[in-house]
Amino acid sequence: MSTKKEGKHKQSLYPSSAGISRREFLKTALATGVLATGAGCAIRVSTSGAQQVEIKQGTNGFTIAYISDSHLLARGKEHRFAKALIKAVEDVNNLKPQPDFVLYGGDLAQLGLREELSLGKDIIAELKPKLYMMVGEHDWYFDMGEVWKEFFGKPTYSFDHKGVHFIVLNSVVVEDYWSEAKMTPMERMLFMAQLDNPKGRPFTVGEEQRKWLSDDLSAVSKDTPIVIFSHSPLYKYYKAWNFWTDDAEDVQKLLAPFKTVTVIHGHTHQVLTNKVGNIAFHGMLSTAWPWPYAPEGIPKLTMQMDRPDPFNQFDGMGWGIIDTLPNGHVNKTYKLWERNPMFVSHEKVSTGGGFVSGHSY
Amino acid sequence: MKFINIMFACLFMSLAMFIHSAKAEDHAVSATQQAVQPSDDKAVQIVTSCDGRKKIIVEGCREGEAMPEQKARKVAELLMALMEFCELEITAKIPKTGMAVQLSVNGEPYITITDIGELPLVLVHGGKPHTEREKRIWAAEMDRMIQEGYAVFHDSALGTNGISCDMCHPDAANTHPETYPKFQTQIKKAVLLRDMINWCIENPQEGKKLAEDDPRMKALEAYILSARAGEKLEPGKH
Repeated sequence: MSTKKEGKHKQSLYPSSAGISRREFLKTALATGVLATGAGCAIRVSTSGAQQVEIKQGTNGFTIAYISDSHLLARGKEHRFAKALIKAVEDVNNLKPQPDFVLYGGDLAQLGLREELSLGKDIIAELKPKLYMMVGEHDWYFDMGEVWKEFFGKPTYSFDHKGVHFIVLNSVVVEDYWSEAKMTPMERMLFMAQLDNPKGRPFTVGEEQRKWLSDDLSAVSKDTPIVIFSHSPLYKYYKAWNFWTDDAEDVQKLLAPFKTVTVIHGHTHQVLTNKVGNIAFHGMLSTAWPWPYAPEGIPKLTMQMDRPDPFNQFDGMGWGIIDTLPNGHVNKTYKLWERNPMFVSHEKVSTGGGFVSGHSY
Repeated sequence: MKFINIMFACLFMSLAMFIHSAKAEDHAVSATQQAVQPSDDKAVQIVTSCDGRKKIIVEGCREGEAMPEQKARKVAELLMALMEFCELEITAKIPKTGMAVQLSVNGEPYITITDIGELPLVLVHGGKPHTEREKRIWAAEMDRMIQEGYAVFHDSALGTNGISCDMCHPDAANTHPETYPKFQTQIKKAVLLRDMINWCIENPQEGKKLAEDDPRMKALEAYILSARAGEKLEPGKH
């Protein structure tokens, strides 16, 4: 039942999905019932944050893709989490044009085991674009990052790409409480892996890395756009689930003098948007499972994703696209599997208005 | 039933007379009033129900004197409420001032209630209030069941693929036990929470479903319900 008019409307709704073919769109639209239910649904979507994008491919602007939070278990490529990561890798490889690079957002493994990280390494090795890696707590706390570092190198680094300064942090540093408690490595790992652990301790970037960050930034002009990748959100959302970075304010202070700063973080497995001072924050989707929104502390700018259907293995999950604009700001697209993508533009974040909450949890 | 009706008829008649006598400031003693010699200076009146099992000692009122209307109504109300508990021998004391009422059931020591509405709670256990020790035992036993559920909820052993409930439901979020029973569109019938628990075990967790009376199932329900304490019951809500 698609008409030319509806097709045009779709373009204005999801301008950033330039990589999606018309056939792909129709497939998604039919699957989600947008075309079947007609304009009512489409209008609702259009009021909830979709905007025109001024990005022009091939100029200063460029596109990055991300995949995050796959939580692989050492149960081979037939396990549902492995299948989901493979699906994300295939989706990214099918993007046309290809993104400049892919960021992996951390928590490749569930329990930090060599077998899990090795399985993940094999799967993401299939990615065609260049790959940058970030570490999550699930990758780290079995052996304190030994295997992860052996496979992927340093967890903290920076690089420049087309005029943007990128920084990758290890934001899952936790003060040692396990030595005194004489925990085994696996006990420590399981303790960290439990999100709702009332005895858990908050994540930090830590003094050592903040010093590194300060040094790294000292060589960057204040006009240079900065994009930071961190596993935990670099702000305080909900402490009980460690949707939290305890020294967030100290990190934000280091970033305050810069004109254009964006933080892209994993860990929260949900559509999440925030702005603190000059810094815009975007969450990443997980390929393994969606987290519910926390009972409190959801940033006002967040346009909540719909409650996932548990009967659909891939609902509420996916991967995403980060469009870096010529002005250095970022548009973020959440590529939710089996649903329409959700698009959060730089304008919406900077003006802070016009967001409509999705279904509540 | 017949017995109770007769009892009430008897009570109403007595009370009507009693209130009338109080209002009319009539010194005539009704059938339900007995004279009592006040020990020392303390004046009391005693009102007895017609079956003789309920006795209200009204302090501050001399035998033979009319009670103020408010007090008389309170006595009537209390007597009516006590009559609900046919089997019990109850003596109640209404002090001269204040709202508290003291009750002795079947000769046990007096306990204090501040509102007649508390009677059903107090008297259902034969008038013995719960001791702190009892309350601690109950809380501990309930907590043990919830903790067993917490452990099952956070253990991937329920399934076969390493996935545990808490991965998708931290603090039992998004379980909505207060919305069951409801028609689960994906299962195509009305289900209870336990049916969804079993669905999760069989599907995302790829495990074998639990029998409905499995202690692990009961414990899971206990944990999930406790985590949603205070939520309004809304069966059928989607």
